[in-house]
Amino acid sequence: MVNRVVVGAHYGMGSWLAQRITALIMAVYTVIVAIVVIDEAPFDYAEWRELFAEGWMRVATLLFAASLGWHAWVGARDIWMDYVKPDGLRLALQVSTILLVACYLGWTVQILWR
Amino acid sequence: MANAALKRRRPKYLSLTALLFEIRLPLPGWVSILHRISGALLVFPLTAWLLYLLDQSLVSEEGFNHIKDHYLQMPVAKAGLLVFIWAFCHHFCAGIRFLLLDINKGIELPAARASAVLVLGVSLALTAYFGYRIW
Repeated sequence: MVNRVVVGAHYGMGSWLAQRITALIMAVYTVIVAIVVIDEAPFDYAEWRELFAEGWMRVATLLFAASLGWHAWVGARDIWMDYVKPDGLRLALQVSTILLVACYLGWTVQILWR
Repeated sequence: MANAALKRRRPKYLSLTALLFEIRLPLPGWVSILHRISGALLVFPLTAWLLYLLDQSLVSEEGFNHIKDHYLQMPVAKAGLLVFIWAFCHHFCAGIRFLLLDINKGIELPAARASAVLVLGVSLALTAYFGYRIW
């Protein structure tokens, strides 16, 4: 039997957990990429291009971008919910945030698989 | 305990002057609000700007050289990078502190204060280090 409670205190739990898991993914990516970049710097164009042509780098960067989008959505929504009281304005800002995140993701895919 | 002079100023309401001049945030409070401010800055506009830089640097050799030798040599672009580096380092360090607090590590007041000082210090030190390297 489906027994979904549509009100209550637990609906933020999924977002809360997602924000923390995406944070860990991004932290791991940051440390690995920072080490690679600092280790191999300075780059010329060919080396830079080669780094982002690697399969693992493309997939990891896409995973980072997806994590960033989800993480940023939860964070931005928290900010709008805390400070913006008029419903219409808050909805508009939340929709704008989703569009912005979608643009970032699309742009990232375009950059990585050109 | 509380003397009469202190008592007379109660209750205290939130206002811009109260926020700016009267309410003293404890250091963990500063870490928290700066985590929020740096997060907001990272979502917009810094992510858009970094995607632009990545895009230009990967699209062609001319784009790469333009970004490296001209665009990022402008003082205003370096200042922007410095803001990005601070925002990222602070958000990163404060975020790790919050993750540890979530699993009940360092929640006693002395430990929480010490880790707040550490977060502010380490992110400023990292900003100084990377700032030195890009300048």
